[in-house]
Amino acid sequence: MNIGDVSLAHYLTLGGMLFALSVVGIFLNRRNLIVLLMAIELMLLAVNMNFVAFSHYLPLAQDRMAGQVFVFFILTVAAAESAIGLAILVVLFRNRATIAADELDALKG
Amino acid sequence: MSANLSLTQLVAVPVAPLVGAIVAGLFGKQIGRANAHRITILGVAIAFVLSFMTLLSVVNDGAHFSGTVYEWMNAGGLKMEVGFLIDGLTAMMMCVVTFVSLMVHVYTIGYMEEDPGYQRFFSYISLFTFSMLMLVMSNNFLQLFFGWEAVGLVSYLLIGFWFKRPTAIFANLKAFLVNRVGDFGFILGIGLIASYTHTLNYGEAFDAFTKNSALALSTVPFTSWSLITATCICLFIGAMGKSAQFPLHVWLPDSMEGPTPISALIHAATMVTAGIFMVTRMSPLFELSDTALSFVLIIGSITALFMGFLGIIQNDIKRVVAYSTLSQLGYMTVALGLSAYPVAVFHLMTHAFFKALLFLAAGSVIMGMHHDQDIRNMGGLRKYMPVTYWTSLIGSLALIGTPFFAGFYSKDSIIDAAYASHLYGATFAQWSVTAGVFVTAFYSFRMFFLVFHGEERFHHKPFPPEVDGPEPELEEDDSHGHGDHGHAVAHAAHDEHAHGAHGHDDHGHGDHTPHESPWVVTGPLIALAIPSAVIGGWTIKSMLYGGFFGSGVVWNSEAHPAMEELAKEFNEKGGAIGMGLHAFASLPFILAALGVAVSYWFYIISPSIPAVVGRALKPLITILENKYYFDWFNENVLAAGARLLGRGLWKGGDLGLIDGLFVNGSARLVGVFAGIVRLVQTGHLYWYALVMILGVFGLLTWQLGPYLQSVVLGVAH
Repeated sequence: MNIGDVSLAHYLTLGGMLFALSVVGIFLNRRNLIVLLMAIELMLLAVNMNFVAFSHYLPLAQDRMAGQVFVFFILTVAAAESAIGLAILVVLFRNRATIAADELDALKG
Repeated sequence: MSANLSLTQLVAVPVAPLVGAIVAGLFGKQIGRANAHRITILGVAIAFVLSFMTLLSVVNDGAHFSGTVYEWMNAGGLKMEVGFLIDGLTAMMMCVVTFVSLMVHVYTIGYMEEDPGYQRFFSYISLFTFSMLMLVMSNNFLQLFFGWEAVGLVSYLLIGFWFKRPTAIFANLKAFLVNRVGDFGFILGIGLIASYTHTLNYGEAFDAFTKNSALALSTVPFTSWSLITATCICLFIGAMGKSAQFPLHVWLPDSMEGPTPISALIHAATMVTAGIFMVTRMSPLFELSDTALSFVLIIGSITALFMGFLGIIQNDIKRVVAYSTLSQLGYMTVALGLSAYPVAVFHLMTHAFFKALLFLAAGSVIMGMHHDQDIRNMGGLRKYMPVTYWTSLIGSLALIGTPFFAGFYSKDSIIDAAYASHLYGATFAQWSVTAGVFVTAFYSFRMFFLVFHGEERFHHKPFPPEVDGPEPELEEDDSHGHGDHGHAVAHAAHDEHAHGAHGHDDHGHGDHTPHESPWVVTGPLIALAIPSAVIGGWTIKSMLYGGFFGSGVVWNSEAHPAMEELAKEFNEKGGAIGMGLHAFASLPFILAALGVAVSYWFYIISPSIPAVVGRALKPLITILENKYYFDWFNENVLAAGARLLGRGLWKGGDLGLIDGLFVNGSARLVGVFAGIVRLVQTGHLYWYALVMILGVFGLLTWQLGPYLQSVVLGVAH
């Protein structure tokens, strides 16, 4: 199977860019915890992208499904994680009346 | 009884007073006053009877006991045990201690009659008897040290018996501290013996030194001091503290703050002689070191003469007797230094009787004078207190060494021994013991004449009374019906010694006519007067020249011939009676008679002379009044120096180094470091996440870097 001129390197570059974006999203974000959660989702998507790309380019056809099955697990976990994360956010907002990342510094020594 | 002493009997001797002390001390309230003195007197009486039986079997059958009663522990081969060594020396000490103690117990019934601490007092003196018996009966250094410290403790408790008096508290603390100095030397000496001979038993330790000349000749490591000399001097420093030898004598006069019965028992007759006893017991060691003997001799000579001088200017009846005790202890120490150990112990015994007698008589006078102790307020008491008068006379005659009295035989032997010695310091000793005879006679009869003869000064009391008695508020409930004491007036009138006791002027005693004391007081006086008169002549032959002490006390007759010379002279004069008859022409007797005559002239014939002499010798009297400035030196140089050193160590060492640098310093270091590190902990999630990601990145680079490099390079090729 061939997808024209698009090679493995292109996919990996896209994955890396997505990952870098999400990292920047985590630490540049000062205001909203939801953005942080989204950045984590994006990070997981970048990983998924790598899984799919590598599995597609495996030499033996019978091996190619393994990586894509993994993607389903990750998506499931990511969905569960978002649900829990959002639930925590709601409780947090009730308690602190804010979800700004800057103001949540109770861990400070 | 056979030559073997029964162990049960020996154990019962110290245990009987101990039981009395425990019952009277812990259950004093429940059993009441009368039962408290009954049980303690019973305990001491048992001890006395058993001691006397022991002495009889030692004298008659040559009985001897040496053995362990109980092994406490065995630490690295060093046995720590309770054991008894019974020979002539011990048996005699046991009898003296228990007899004087018994007399004092009986006397106390009268003397402490009105004191609220009655049961406590009986408990203490019985405890003292127990401790002293443990000390003298010991066969090892550990038990000796136990007894030594226990008598020190009881002495402390009894000097401060009237614990509401600031002066008594000061005096008992002083006694305790000065004794600590001596005990420090003592325990160093014991430590030297234990570390070189690996035993605490007397016999084994002495054998180690006497049979092993290498040990006796060895030196203390890192120094050139002879081991045996260092050991003996350390031990003797202990004796100096306990037996109040110069310069550790300062506590004994102040100990007169305690009740008079204990001054008689502890601070005159028995405890203060523990040092003399100990050195005698250690005679096999002291014989090996001439240096140590010279040291002992010189210290004893200084004490014998110079403490006697202080007795001349004292006005407190008890202090006069206290300084005389110091001087007599000096005589005993001189005898020790001369290797005339039997003579020292002989004087110890006669002194115990006549000095206990003098103290108890002084107490009787104090009671008769309604607790006024100033001899300048007395005079003419002879007709009011006949029993006290005659017994005091016997005591004083014995003290000054009148021929045929007990003190004569022992004191004259010491003086003779001094002339027989060639030790370094012997000339000084000869001078001081001879001059001491005059001084002793003078101050003894000065006191005697001032108290019992002359004008009856107690009608007008020219001096504020010195007082010996319980706190005034404790006296309130006695039967005299004092009414108002007039506290403020009485306080204002008193000098520093009067410490808040009210002159009994307010007590409604009228003109304070002295009265003779009850029989419980005069009985012991008579019982002590008899041995004070006769025991010297009766026992001198067997004690000094009859081998009474056996192998327990040894001396090197070639190097230190004092005992042999004495024996020769004694036989030439024809025994005890001949010795007494010869004495009338000797120098000591003339000096003693001169002392009595001078005091008679000064205080009876023309009482104005002492004031004239006092003015003429003003600087000398000032020195004596300040007791050679020893108290001043101790308080302002030694105590102040110790406090300064202590403060320096406290501020510099404790606060600065330990607290400041080590304890607080290490905590502060951790704090500073933590303060820097905590800046990293911002509490913001994104920082933690960033650091984690950078960390993972760094870790991966470090781990995978070389592999990636080879891959990249491989691709490039």
